[in-house]
Amino acid sequence: MRTLTHTLHSPAGCRNAHASHLQHPQSFHARRLNRAQRPASLQICCQAVATGTPPVKEGTSISNGAAKSKSKKISPEVATTLYRDMVLGREFEEMCAQMYYRGKMFGFVHLYSGQEAVSTGIIKAMRADDYICSTYRDHVHALSKGVPSRGIMAELFGKKTGICRGQGGSMHMFSKEHRMLGGFAFIGEGIPVGLGAAFRVKYQKDAVGDESADQVCASFFGDGTCNNGQFYECLNMASLYKLPCIFVVENNLWAIGMNHPRATGPSEGDTAPAIYKKGPAFGMPGVLVDGMDVLKVRQVAEEAVERARKGLGPTLIEAETYRFRGHSLADPDELRKKEEKAAWGARDPIPQFRKYALDEGLLTEQQIKDIDKDVQAEVEDAVQYADESPKPEKGQLLENVFADPKGFGIAANGSYRYQSPGFHSGNTAAID
Amino acid sequence: MQALLRLSRQGGSLRQIQSSGLSVAFARAYASHELTVRDALNSALDEELARDDSVFVLGEEVGEYQGAYKITRGLLQKYGAERIRDTPITEAGFTGIATGAAMAGLRPVCEFMTFNFAMQAIDQIINSAAKTLYMSAGTIPVPIVFRGPNGAAAGVAAQHSQCYGAWYSHVPGLKVIAPYDAEDARGLLKASIRDPDPVVFLENEILYGQAFPVDDKVLDKDFVLPIGKCKIQKEGTDITLVGFGRCVGHNLKAAAELEKAGISAEVINVRSLKPLDRDTIVNSVKKTHRVLALEEGWPQCGFCAEIIAVVNEECFDDLDAPPERVTGAEVPMPYAANLEAAALPTPADVVKVAKRMLGK
Repeated sequence: MRTLTHTLHSPAGCRNAHASHLQHPQSFHARRLNRAQRPASLQICCQAVATGTPPVKEGTSISNGAAKSKSKKISPEVATTLYRDMVLGREFEEMCAQMYYRGKMFGFVHLYSGQEAVSTGIIKAMRADDYICSTYRDHVHALSKGVPSRGIMAELFGKKTGICRGQGGSMHMFSKEHRMLGGFAFIGEGIPVGLGAAFRVKYQKDAVGDESADQVCASFFGDGTCNNGQFYECLNMASLYKLPCIFVVENNLWAIGMNHPRATGPSEGDTAPAIYKKGPAFGMPGVLVDGMDVLKVRQVAEEAVERARKGLGPTLIEAETYRFRGHSLADPDELRKKEEKAAWGARDPIPQFRKYALDEGLLTEQQIKDIDKDVQAEVEDAVQYADESPKPEKGQLLENVFADPKGFGIAANGSYRYQSPGFHSGNTAAID
Repeated sequence: MQALLRLSRQGGSLRQIQSSGLSVAFARAYASHELTVRDALNSALDEELARDDSVFVLGEEVGEYQGAYKITRGLLQKYGAERIRDTPITEAGFTGIATGAAMAGLRPVCEFMTFNFAMQAIDQIINSAAKTLYMSAGTIPVPIVFRGPNGAAAGVAAQHSQCYGAWYSHVPGLKVIAPYDAEDARGLLKASIRDPDPVVFLENEILYGQAFPVDDKVLDKDFVLPIGKCKIQKEGTDITLVGFGRCVGHNLKAAAELEKAGISAEVINVRSLKPLDRDTIVNSVKKTHRVLALEEGWPQCGFCAEIIAVVNEECFDDLDAPPERVTGAEVPMPYAANLEAAALPTPADVVKVAKRMLGK
């Protein structure tokens, strides 16, 4: 913890991180330059970054005493992966908006545009056999985890070929194969579920004696959730049991229409809320990271994953980010100011990383064009696939309610109800 | 449990059991072939923990304290703190952890100190545990047992005396079990732990200390009862009394009383509220032509309402009297002993209504 506290207040990380590859308008003034304990140099940094909203505060490292001022060098392969994943997330979500307005998908659809650096930065630092657990804003987490875009789009279209056969929908993406454990619509609901997966890993190691069990689980949730009791219950138990998990707060500043400082009180001595500071209170590192910078996110993710894998316990990561669209496609988005949106829009993680990759010679213009084209083709293919896919059959209606279909009980004639002809098409026996 | 097996298969001595390290109380119960519900639950947990290392127990006070109602007595010493996991007082958190662990491949037994406290985790039980298999198109099962005492205890008033049978029975994807005696408790808890679906296992605090006679086969470590079947606890010809949990005892007492008045009552133990065994209930009613359902819970949309609906749907023409129900009063449980007694159904209530239904 001492190490952490030290690094959290180190100004160097922030300034250099942003100076290195971000370009921001200088004309905006930070609203909250009076943050307690902020070193003068950091305020300068914030002025440079701040864009009419709570600024990104401190870059940090959880693994040692020195804040890492520059992101670790990445290979061209990694740059390709990160870039492609972020572009895929964006293109997919923008296509969802179009399809929603054309009536191809329905209900609540919450888009992730603007937050891609978090999903990509965290999940691409994890292994295929690691777990993730998400919220109702889950399409892009699923994509980053490797769930095929065709299956996700078909799910959104309510088709039989969807990853959950049309039984889950936008807010409930599950993939056993990709260790994606949902997809939960209630605030905070997925946090303990993710913790349960981490519990299983530790159980395999400690109770069953499987030394190879070293998977990690990352649970994603928003700033609004951090005022919910389950968050605190889980911080405590994760730390108490030293579970291999990562709490990823995607602080996009708005819980539907509730601005973060209107919902969350500041820590002692502060004037603005800081979710990451709740980590040390529960015995784990709390890390604040620029959630619009995929490399910064990746760096803290790598360290958190390593910590968890080594059995050193959980980490709380607060990624400051912004959603470029309303809470859901049904949200008129009237409360967020135009200036605020424009300012965060200027920090779009995708052009930022594109520029970095070009400047560093990790990707060429041609490669970027090829990736963009490839992603567009993938998303269009996903739409075509979803559109042409059949709807679920009526006979699917009552399937998958129980793993053991005897769960529907015994009929008056002594046979199991599920054995009655047409039973799975609906409980029509009394009607027909 | 190996010692228990020896006893049940070879008629072994008390000393054999004591030498195995089992508690004296257990040994006494087994030796006389009487078993309390508490020991039945404890031995079921013990055997399933021994049988499958993906089974673990978590909850408040399950470990060092040996269980708030001593259901987990001795298990921490035998299986260690990793498998008998004490949790903080955080129902939403630990129920969610148990659910996630089940989704990831373990078989948790999640103990609630009472089901009243499970209200704080009802989102995890219904939204996370019961619905995940369906939402994941059948790919992610949630094999988990939520267990603990349910229903009215004694003198613990409004927030600790409530029956959740009807609540959980309402939910697709959940199985709801309510054992009455030691045989039920052993056979159904073992079956629940082995079941692939989430099971809500509703025990009754007042029955924990009650001893029931059990035969050798019940003590066998492979003894399991099928989930989803009713048991005809007592055969009869004139009226069918339907109930679960402690109400089965009330119905048996009522049946004994009715016998004195020349009425032969059949008592059905609905040990599985969901799945519901319509067959046994309907066949009984076809024989007796009368049905009286009993529950401690509140009347509206309750267990009795469901039983009466089933009878109406399946064998209305066989009825010689309107189906009736006796339920708990529609009131939060009062504290004062006389008011509490007035809020709960008794065997005398059953006798009274049954006699009326038979015109006696």
